[in-house]
Amino acid sequence: MADKTMPLEELTTHLESGMTIGVGGWGSRRKPMALIREILRSDLRDLTVVSYGGPEVGLLCAAGKVRKAVYGFVSLDSIALDPHFRAARENGRIEVEEYDEGMFLAGLRAGAARLSFTPTRAGLESSVLEMNPHLRLVESPYDDEVYVAMPGLRMDVSLIHLNRADAAGNGQYLGPDPYFDDLLAQAADKTILSVEKVVPTAELTATAPVQSLLVSRLFVDGVIETPHGAHFTSCAPDYGRDEAFQRAYAASGKDADAWQAFQQRFLSGSETDYQAAVAAFAEEATR
Amino acid sequence: MSVTRAEICAVACSDAWRDTGEKLAHGVGTIPAIGVRLARLTHNPDLVVGDGEAFLMSDVPPLGGSAAAGGQVEGWLPYRRVFDVVNSGRRQSMMGGSQIDQWGNQNISAIGDWRQPKRQLIGVRGAPGNTVNHRVDYWVSRHDSRVFVEAVDIVSGVGNDRARAHTSTALRFHELGLVITNLAVLDYGDDGRLKVRSFHPGVTPEQVQAATGFDIDVSTTEVTREPTAEELELIRMVIDPHSLRDREVQD
Repeated sequence: MADKTMPLEELTTHLESGMTIGVGGWGSRRKPMALIREILRSDLRDLTVVSYGGPEVGLLCAAGKVRKAVYGFVSLDSIALDPHFRAARENGRIEVEEYDEGMFLAGLRAGAARLSFTPTRAGLESSVLEMNPHLRLVESPYDDEVYVAMPGLRMDVSLIHLNRADAAGNGQYLGPDPYFDDLLAQAADKTILSVEKVVPTAELTATAPVQSLLVSRLFVDGVIETPHGAHFTSCAPDYGRDEAFQRAYAASGKDADAWQAFQQRFLSGSETDYQAAVAAFAEEATR
Repeated sequence: MSVTRAEICAVACSDAWRDTGEKLAHGVGTIPAIGVRLARLTHNPDLVVGDGEAFLMSDVPPLGGSAAAGGQVEGWLPYRRVFDVVNSGRRQSMMGGSQIDQWGNQNISAIGDWRQPKRQLIGVRGAPGNTVNHRVDYWVSRHDSRVFVEAVDIVSGVGNDRARAHTSTALRFHELGLVITNLAVLDYGDDGRLKVRSFHPGVTPEQVQAATGFDIDVSTTEVTREPTAEELELIRMVIDPHSLRDREVQD
């Protein structure tokens, strides 16, 4: 089996400005944050971000990387709204495709199956149709029903984060919820998987049931080991959400100075620098 | 200790799940979450209750606590399977609403023009899909004319006027039930418009009309029922011992 492991610094060799990027996780849960931070360090721009949105959307918006966001919601879960996403919307800086969460899932399923659409009841008679004038309805050939023809969502590259994988890209989740990471991988031309730990293949099933193998190497092109790579979002059972840090992130949306200071302290160096700055932040809080 | 408004509201929320049978209960907000638990512990033992994460619990989970805090797990409900349940119709929701109009159209997406909103909110989330698949009620912790508006800016949850105007059979599962607020319980008349079903004890029709941004039928003399002794004890001692309910609704 091919060894697909690679250093974090090589992520951007798989990405280009203008691409459509899918991001795994849900809200502020198991987001591939180390990969997002690597994008922040790059000169990539004009990205279309497709996700059940969490802080990755806000961070990429704040850094001016986003042309368009495609989402069912953008939330930090324990904090309802991401202030940077909110600012980008209220200043009209980004385009959006906002869908019902179930429509979004229908779109992922269609994209993963290479179908042009999936019929769904969700969205009928709501403003989602007005906000997305490209949407069409489809008449059932069997009875008198009309559905929304939710277009297949396709990504150039999907970025997902799991607990463990082998070097070939067999990815495993150990928490209670797979979220939609397998579908994101299947609906993308290419998928980069970051994990807490790369382990030998035999170890994957030695300590966890085979059903935890969420993503097959069929759908993975690169594996990056990034311990604490989902920080500050949760990555059960390895760690929970860093609520104190998330509050600091949310507070950085207050004004330009606050964002500048946050960026300076946490986002101006490498991933190793980031994790060191986070450790210092945590230590400060316990003092 | 006399009964608080928050407790009146929690019991009204509980009653919203009274005759559902074996459905998945979904409530957004502290008072609806108390209502779900109260319904399960009293009149509706078949109700299916999640922990807010990926588990269904055969014991009623503590308010704000996930399965990690203990209790017997009876099922697995990761987010993706929530949509399967929504599509099956075996669910009943009580959602919030930043704006609600007289037809029960609800907005949680944004205030203003969606292209560049005055105030970005959370997005439509599951409201469009919920409202066309199963019964949806709403919970409004502060009944005022900024919430109850003439017309919502973005239709997230589909109201009765739009559902009735739809010409195919696809909207046959659309069902709006109640709107429970800190002042009253509202339901819908035959014409599909919101009306007052009962006033919470001490609330006047004038108060509700003044806090509502459209004309609303306040002709009923019904008063929202008070909690039983059993319900009060469950709320105070078992479900919400830390009185989180008082942060959502004050007297």
